[in-house]
Amino acid sequence: MHKFLFQLTVLIYFVSTAGFLVHVVTLRKDVERVATSVLTGGFVLHTVAVLWRWWAAGHPPFVNLHDALSSLAWAIVGVFLLFQMRYRIKSLGAFVTPVALCTIAASSLQPKEILPLPPVLKSAWLPFHAAICLLSYAVFVLAFCAAVMYLMQEREIKMKRLGGIFKRLPSLQSIDAMNKRCLTVGFTLLTIGIVTGSIWAEQAWGEYWSWDPKETWSLITWFLYAALLHQRITIGWRGRKVAIMTIVAFATLVFTFLGVSLILPGAHSYASWFK
Amino acid sequence: MQAGSSRSQIALLGVNHRTAPVEIRERLALSGCNLPALQVFSEIPSCEEVVFLSTCNRVELMIASRCLEESRRAVKDVWSSMGGVDASTFQQVIYEYEGEEAVRHLFRVASSLDSMIVGEPQILGQLKDAYRKAAEADSAGMVLNRLFHKAFSVAKRVRTETRIANSAVSISYAAVELAKKIFGEFEDRNAMLIGAGEMAELAAKHLVTNGVSRLVVANRTLSRAVELARQLGGKAISLDELEDALLYSDIVISSTGAPGIILGVDQVKRIMRPRRHRLLFFIDIAVPRDIDPGINEIDNVYLYGIDDLKGVVEVNKSEREREALKAGRIVDSEVIKFLVWMDSLEVVPVIQEVQRKAENIRRKELARSRKVLDSLDPKQQKAVDVLTKSMVQKILHDPIIFLRNEAGGTSGRELLDVANRLFGLNRLDAVDWRVHEEQGGDKERQG
Repeated sequence: MHKFLFQLTVLIYFVSTAGFLVHVVTLRKDVERVATSVLTGGFVLHTVAVLWRWWAAGHPPFVNLHDALSSLAWAIVGVFLLFQMRYRIKSLGAFVTPVALCTIAASSLQPKEILPLPPVLKSAWLPFHAAICLLSYAVFVLAFCAAVMYLMQEREIKMKRLGGIFKRLPSLQSIDAMNKRCLTVGFTLLTIGIVTGSIWAEQAWGEYWSWDPKETWSLITWFLYAALLHQRITIGWRGRKVAIMTIVAFATLVFTFLGVSLILPGAHSYASWFK
Repeated sequence: MQAGSSRSQIALLGVNHRTAPVEIRERLALSGCNLPALQVFSEIPSCEEVVFLSTCNRVELMIASRCLEESRRAVKDVWSSMGGVDASTFQQVIYEYEGEEAVRHLFRVASSLDSMIVGEPQILGQLKDAYRKAAEADSAGMVLNRLFHKAFSVAKRVRTETRIANSAVSISYAAVELAKKIFGEFEDRNAMLIGAGEMAELAAKHLVTNGVSRLVVANRTLSRAVELARQLGGKAISLDELEDALLYSDIVISSTGAPGIILGVDQVKRIMRPRRHRLLFFIDIAVPRDIDPGINEIDNVYLYGIDDLKGVVEVNKSEREREALKAGRIVDSEVIKFLVWMDSLEVVPVIQEVQRKAENIRRKELARSRKVLDSLDPKQQKAVDVLTKSMVQKILHDPIIFLRNEAGGTSGRELLDVANRLFGLNRLDAVDWRVHEEQGGDKERQG
């Protein structure tokens, strides 16, 4: 049943993404409202599907790639809906929902069998550590979208080509403010995620930090975001430079999440599940 | 033939920014008269309904009347004499529309298709005010009420279905729109005006009305700066303090008469770090330019010159023209709908006449048989009354429904004509037809 709900969620996210794209082309407000409602409905369904799977598996649905991607998509949509409720950034949906859709589509391509949890992962820390990390990734996805939007709009204004993109994207200031909020929240979550991970590692293996590839790359990502935030806060860096840095940091994050897990062996490896 | 018809017709007379200079428009607004203009016109006996619109770009009068020719003549006499404009000049500047043309004109005005700046939204509010005044003074009746409500809904349709009001078509407005795309909200933003010039002042005014929190005016002569600052509600500084002021300004509008560049790339680069890289938007409307074009290359700094803004305005203008065509089609279709309604008004008296005639025949026939009927008891008499009534109603039911539904259509006129002949009505002369009908009734019986 949860598999069916999951498939339905994929379909609904697809419809909603199409809605947001139609809105950004036609600028019809009613389409955006409908797309948002559809997405909210999909999110509720997704929540049920994830909880159901959690209950069916008897362990948190974060440990294989299908579950991790599905939960990430859930977090992206959730964070997006929450953010839009408060800030209403014009055309943001057209950037975020495709990412969420790709994530859940990738998830649906992975083997969905529920495998028994390896004993090493049996811990109360698992849901906290994994959920907080996934949440921070979702917030960084939003920061990434904001950065892309900023670069597009900035280019329009700088080149004095005030056409369709100019009209459809929000003001530079509001995208930059969004970048700042997302970086702050995302960085806080990532920090908590890494700290909980290392406490868990101490309990599981007796070592806080074992330079497992995932840990190393997480640290690199953390440093990148830390540097970015530092420049923002102390020197007042903003705009284009920050947007480019945000995209670079996000690329590192994607590698940490997927690249390391799939390619390099270690405690976090999703690759080990296919052997 | 139609002249003395019982049906109200609409006419619109007026002057606008294209037909008359402002001096004449002012006089025709009749603001100097001791009577309100609306009252002046509604006192003309043949003008049954009147709405008077006066804005800075147009003065227009809408009337509904059964004797349109007479009303128009009277209105023109009153208007030119009260406004102190001699008759021949008045005739030259005024435009007059009747019926369909008048309806279309009003709809176009309401949708801001006839405005100096097509799509500017104020006109609708002004039209609503004019109508409200007329409604309060009770000078608008059934026809103009319907006409104006329709005009407002047409304007709304045009606004929502076309993008006519969406883009900036004046340079100062375009500058403000651009600034909005950079800064979003203007709260906590500071603007600086360097030099003075009509366009720059206008742009500064726009910024202030859009909520810029602080305005600084810099000028070569401090006294001029002080005066301008007072007008715009800002603070005056001298040109020497320019660089300091740049530290806390976000939007800079420059239009000095200086022969060369007054703000170079290095100056701006220097202040970016102390500004903590906050966005900085320069608008250079001066010819020759005040600001080094290279400034646009600096990170987080944007410079728009007069030509760039003109480009924006041109693009918007052509889009507006396209949208105006679309809006024109909406207006046309609504005009047709309104005319259908107007035509259907004409059918009401015909239907009434038909019903009245039938009722008269019924009464007369009952009276004729009174002797026989009197012998019946009251209950039976009542039954006969009801019976005849329902017969009349049943017979007339289909023709009346048909008239009601079809009279608004394209062949409505002909239909009414046929109905008149078919039922032997002569509406031109309401007293006569009763006699006529009695004779007809007699003939019928003889036959």
